[in-house]
Amino acid sequence: MSTESAPAPQSGVAEDVKHGPRVAVSALTTNLREYGLIIALIVIMLFFQYTTSGTLFKPVNLSNLVQQNSFIIVMALGMLLVIVAGYIDLSVGSVAGFIGALAAMMMVIWPLGIFSNPLVVSIVCLIVGALIGAAQGYWIAYHRIPSFIVTLAGMLIFRGICQALLGGGSSVGPLPDSFKALSSGFIPDVIGPLTLIPPTVNAAGKTIVGSGLTLHMTTIVLGLVAVLAYAYFGFRTRRKRERHGYEAEPFPLFVVKTLVGSALALFLVFQFASYRGLPVVLLVMGVLISLFVFVTKRMTIGRRIYAMGGNAKAAQLSGINTERLTLLVFINMGVLSALGGLIIAARLGQAVPAAGLGSELDVIAAVFIGGASAMGGVGQVIGAVVGGFIMGVMNNGMSIMGVNVDWQQVVKGLVLLGAVIFDVYNKNKA
Amino acid sequence: MSSTILEMRDITKTFPGVKALSNVNLSVEEGEIHAIVGENGAGKSTLMKVLSGVYPTGTYEGEIVFRGQECHFKGIHDSEHIGIVIIHQELALVPMLSIAENIFLGNEHASYGVIDWNANEKRTKALLDKVGLKEDPKTLITNIGVGKQQLVEIAKALSKEVKLLILDEPTASLSEKDSQALLDLLLEFKRQGMTSILISHKLNEVNRVADKVTVIRDGRTIETLPRKDISEDRIITSMVGRSLDDRYPPREPQIGEVIFEVKNWSVYHPIHAERQVIKNVNLNVRKGEVVGIAGLMGAGRTEFAMSLFGRSYGRHISGEVLLRGKPLDLSTVSKAVENRIAYVTEDRKTFGLNLIDHIKHNVTLANLGGVSSRGVIDDMREMSVANDYRKKTNIRASSVYQLTGNLSGGNQQKVVLSKWLFADPEVLILDEPTRGIDVGAKYEIYTIIARLAAEGKAIVVISSEMPELLGITDRIYVMNEGRIVGEMAASDASQEKIMRAIVRGEGKKAS
Repeated sequence: MSTESAPAPQSGVAEDVKHGPRVAVSALTTNLREYGLIIALIVIMLFFQYTTSGTLFKPVNLSNLVQQNSFIIVMALGMLLVIVAGYIDLSVGSVAGFIGALAAMMMVIWPLGIFSNPLVVSIVCLIVGALIGAAQGYWIAYHRIPSFIVTLAGMLIFRGICQALLGGGSSVGPLPDSFKALSSGFIPDVIGPLTLIPPTVNAAGKTIVGSGLTLHMTTIVLGLVAVLAYAYFGFRTRRKRERHGYEAEPFPLFVVKTLVGSALALFLVFQFASYRGLPVVLLVMGVLISLFVFVTKRMTIGRRIYAMGGNAKAAQLSGINTERLTLLVFINMGVLSALGGLIIAARLGQAVPAAGLGSELDVIAAVFIGGASAMGGVGQVIGAVVGGFIMGVMNNGMSIMGVNVDWQQVVKGLVLLGAVIFDVYNKNKA
Repeated sequence: MSSTILEMRDITKTFPGVKALSNVNLSVEEGEIHAIVGENGAGKSTLMKVLSGVYPTGTYEGEIVFRGQECHFKGIHDSEHIGIVIIHQELALVPMLSIAENIFLGNEHASYGVIDWNANEKRTKALLDKVGLKEDPKTLITNIGVGKQQLVEIAKALSKEVKLLILDEPTASLSEKDSQALLDLLLEFKRQGMTSILISHKLNEVNRVADKVTVIRDGRTIETLPRKDISEDRIITSMVGRSLDDRYPPREPQIGEVIFEVKNWSVYHPIHAERQVIKNVNLNVRKGEVVGIAGLMGAGRTEFAMSLFGRSYGRHISGEVLLRGKPLDLSTVSKAVENRIAYVTEDRKTFGLNLIDHIKHNVTLANLGGVSSRGVIDDMREMSVANDYRKKTNIRASSVYQLTGNLSGGNQQKVVLSKWLFADPEVLILDEPTRGIDVGAKYEIYTIIARLAAEGKAIVVISSEMPELLGITDRIYVMNEGRIVGEMAASDASQEKIMRAIVRGEGKKAS
């Protein structure tokens, strides 16, 4: 639409803050994409819950699902910023593979003494990830080499180094248990377990009443605290907006949103608690997601990234150092790729040459399913996370159903295409 | 001669929530130049999009009769097929293709998909002769100026056997000289019997060439004036619905001491390193003063301003900038902003705004520090800042959450201005601040400029519209080919004097 096609109301200034309903409607429509995505995730989950005869939501499977897909979501957080900034990073899978190999070599093969401690190794690996991001970002930011090309080169380079490091086709392991806990560990139950209905056993040793369901109380408490915090902060923001005379979304919508979100979260928490508690990696992921939501929504650096992706030249002429910002975005991506690599290695218990192979495509797909624009400037952290979970649930669900891996790819491709078509169609309609 | 070629009857077009056109009538006679004028957002472009089939039949009400036949266009292709060709404000040429390739794009002389380049080039030559463009058909579009690109667009239209040529703001980005040439060409076409519709903000141009003027306001036709009734004042009254006695707001300059000074500023071309673009420019601005920089397109004014502002243009920049007598470091844009210098760019869409984001985020972009603490943005503070500036600069939008890409040109410019006003500059450089915006919005922008000057800011206005400079500035520098060739108080300046300074400057260089 041209700039002239929608004349603004001539009395634009007079009616200022009073148009509550209109703002509410626009708040709903602008958030429709986000709600739609979450609803799509729920529908997909229910679908697989049905087709896998209830396996999907089983506590043990939920833990598996999280552990299998966490690295995709961790990397998607970095990729979201890269894509919003107007770039792409194809190297993340290879960087993850390389970092996994590096970590394994440091912990298992190289005689590093005290420095082969998993914590030290992890920190070193994250720093190496940052350096890789900086090296790639440097060419993109300061020499304006297209990111597609730089990171395509990076993809080849780091996959090569990964394989060379592991000495051809061999894998290196086993990795220490304390390292594996990053992926397959659960948070310790500091409060102590609670057996819900103590089983009553008869003389023959058979259970008469009670399931013997034992709950991981630390998980329950953490979950409750998180849900309460979510509701409290949501409510506080609303109040603040109202106090300043700005209508937020309509109250019923807010309540429904908060209740549905809380109920869903509590259900998942309960499921985790009835197994072995929260996976460590889920906690890591949760902290990172909150951090990135905060950075993108509330911090100036986040705002600047969106501005740069929306119009780099205008951002630059508004005093934003776009070069340094680009560099930072890629350093961040490097660190998260490294973390992704560590998570993969920890889950497999060893470093393999093909670790993370092709995962860059899953990561990019998650971000685009989440509603980011390939042109930059548009995209939400929550969108990317939900996009990642959609991919993950489909992987997991289809695997349980016994769908062939080849056909899984076809389905994932169709979902990606469908999501983007939905987006473009929506935009044109608006 | 006086048969009607086009009738648009009771055209009504609604977008969700807005009525863009209501019962618009337009009647164009064969062989005339029919001007359509109106403020931005009045609905001119929408009307032309209805006419050319961009909005297909069924999406609007009313009827279009072209050469006695009722038309139902499903797309641009249909309207072009019967000889209605529109040339949009934003040129639709492919920069890396040649003139010939562009003219016959999608319409090549070819058999079985194999292009006959000789035929194409021969026809291109003939068309270029018609529009008076002396360029090799093989020249790439990117290598010729905007004025010539406009001519290529017209040649392209001619290649389609056009019966009704529609030009949407054809001279918006052309220099005075190129504009004149273009208007002469229109008159020449008229002599050959072609009908054209001219959409323009520049009333002097309308005055010069139009046989009839239709005024559109708020999506309605107000009136159609015949040749004998056309006068700038008459049109303006009709356009804004009130008479603008004075096109420039009155002000009483209170000019203080020199605040901003540029000494011996020299800049070289970013690619052709041997070419000096800016040559020893000296300039100063006093407190509360509005200083104009006049000159033709390509005189180096934008390059000068951009090179000052964070060295955003050129290399081997030398010279000195003083603020209140102290040397300033303007080596990056953020330093310039910190030192309270602001530059409002010429091209607001490419350099000024993030079009896919809303007003609120655009307004605070240059001064995020002002709405945040320790890097965390205070949403409420940002909101009140945005609303505050929306009020101050009279941005017409449903809320500060409206995307800037959906605003009209004048309102977009007000958003850019708001952004820089919020950065709280002492020195404000405005590059073509009213280009492509309507009379009403222009007046508002002039009012803002006057208010800023009254607050004691030092203001530099770069403009190609000489009446505007004469109307709003206190002092005018004339720039030509990268150097200052004249300086005069606005009170004793005139268009003629400015032109003379430019020409003399050119003469000097030749001798």
